[in-house]
Amino acid sequence: MSMENALPISHRQRLWLYALGGLVMLFLIAPSVIIVIMSFSGSSLLEFPPQEWSLRWYESYFGSVEWRDATVVSVKVAVMTAIVATLLGTAAAYAIYARTLRLTGAINALLTASLIIPVILIGIGTFFLYARIGLNNTLTGLVIAHTVQALPLVVLTVLSGLRSYDMNQEMVARSLGAGRFSAFFQVTMPQIRFSIVSGALFAFITSFDEVVVSLFISGGETTTLTRRMFNALRDQIDPTIAAISTCLIVLSIVLLSAAQLFGRGR
Amino acid sequence: MSTASVSLDHAGRPNGALNTDALRADARRESRGLFALLSPGLLLVFAVIIVPIGWLFWLSLFDESGQLSAANYARFFEQASYIKTFVTTFKVAFVVTGACVLFGYPLAYMLSQLPRRAAGVCLIFVILPFWTSVLVRTYAWLVILQRKGLVNTWLMDLGVIGQPLPLANNFAGVVIGMTHIMLPFLVLPLYASMKTIDVDCLRAGMNLGASPAATFRQVFFPLSLPGLASGVVIVFVLCLGFFVTPALMGGGKVIMWAMRMEQTTSLYSNWGAGAALGVVLLAVTLALLGLFHWLLGTRATGVWSER
Repeated sequence: MSMENALPISHRQRLWLYALGGLVMLFLIAPSVIIVIMSFSGSSLLEFPPQEWSLRWYESYFGSVEWRDATVVSVKVAVMTAIVATLLGTAAAYAIYARTLRLTGAINALLTASLIIPVILIGIGTFFLYARIGLNNTLTGLVIAHTVQALPLVVLTVLSGLRSYDMNQEMVARSLGAGRFSAFFQVTMPQIRFSIVSGALFAFITSFDEVVVSLFISGGETTTLTRRMFNALRDQIDPTIAAISTCLIVLSIVLLSAAQLFGRGR
Repeated sequence: MSTASVSLDHAGRPNGALNTDALRADARRESRGLFALLSPGLLLVFAVIIVPIGWLFWLSLFDESGQLSAANYARFFEQASYIKTFVTTFKVAFVVTGACVLFGYPLAYMLSQLPRRAAGVCLIFVILPFWTSVLVRTYAWLVILQRKGLVNTWLMDLGVIGQPLPLANNFAGVVIGMTHIMLPFLVLPLYASMKTIDVDCLRAGMNLGASPAATFRQVFFPLSLPGLASGVVIVFVLCLGFFVTPALMGGGKVIMWAMRMEQTTSLYSNWGAGAALGVVLLAVTLALLGLFHWLLGTRATGVWSER
């Protein structure tokens, strides 16, 4: 890696590149920073920098029954999605990695389909299906739909963990008399547990932040936080959303850091 | 089977061994077990994605009176409003993809040239937005770009402009917001592919007398093209079906493909027409990804495994 510096180009000659790159980084991070600062504003004018500071938008978030209910729904769905997607995704990644199956290409395509199929089509399709089997506006329906979207991320994360693991170890365990399951849970699992946890965190955040499908299949008592936010934004720019957004940004940071820490734990 | 042949199967085991049948049975059992592990996930994806889309495709083939017809598709060529939607969608997709290349390439190049630790820190600036809710980021841009938003207030205070610029609720707003959301999708695969470019190639170019600029142009840039292509394809395809930002920042004036689908199905309950739009969108998406796969031999969806 240190070889990069061996190129006969000085940092001074690269100043323009650093300036340009820095500007793009600013473009990427500025919106989040501005929203976090504004959420502590005391006025409803959304001025920046705020003239006075207060926690009134947080009070209006936590004090509102509607926002609180929506948050609870989102948390419930995200936790359930993380559990289900991690179980199914880890099982699938393990089976793909064992590589004794035919049709691996087709299986991969199917499992990662939700990454490339336009999400609006998934939303309309799911709504259409759920209307016939009565799953619209239910937690179960949301968990199923979100699991399908989180599954590819879990599969890819766990697969990348498995790639740095030697499956022969499990074979050794089995040849020494361990059953299939105890070999997996005692030998393989401890070595890929960090990627499994990362996958679970990604699944959680995928579900928690999901908008488009939830827009179609959630409503009434099961309105998710993102759906309520979307509808609120269609009407007017309510500063309460800045407070909610800040909470979501903090959640992303916490989960990403956790995923990074676990990733490094390997 | 009992005649001992010396041929080996692909795993290197003698084909004619006495326990062949037992081994085969074992392999079959193994296969079945692994397939059982896969099946819940596959089943779910099949039931929630494939079945409804197939169903919608079927619906799109019938007109309102239930007759088999191509009416739902013919509409796209006949009605001006549909044509306008397609033109808008492709225009947005082209402009956003272009902007992503313009901003993303220098950033990815810088990241690839920085020492490992510095690159790791700078990557946070790409990955954090990638994992921040699209809604949150769209809201932020609404606040920044609206009539009395940050940009307009600042520019007016500085005396640069007399009237607020129309930045939100129009084409410009959609493009700015979407560029912000799509940028990581271009930078991440591009950065990953730039990291694999051998520094020795660059050093060789320079040793042979090329200037740094010529080395970049003739060696580095061509080698980075596959990574760039994969980012461009994924961004373009995501733009075509994008919903949240145009719906919130278009001010009802920028109607993109996905918004049209939502309106047709939710507002007018015209499932046939909405389904036909979805079918064509999916076909275009798959065709672009397939073309990419065919031309370059790799999948464009690597971005999700390179976070």
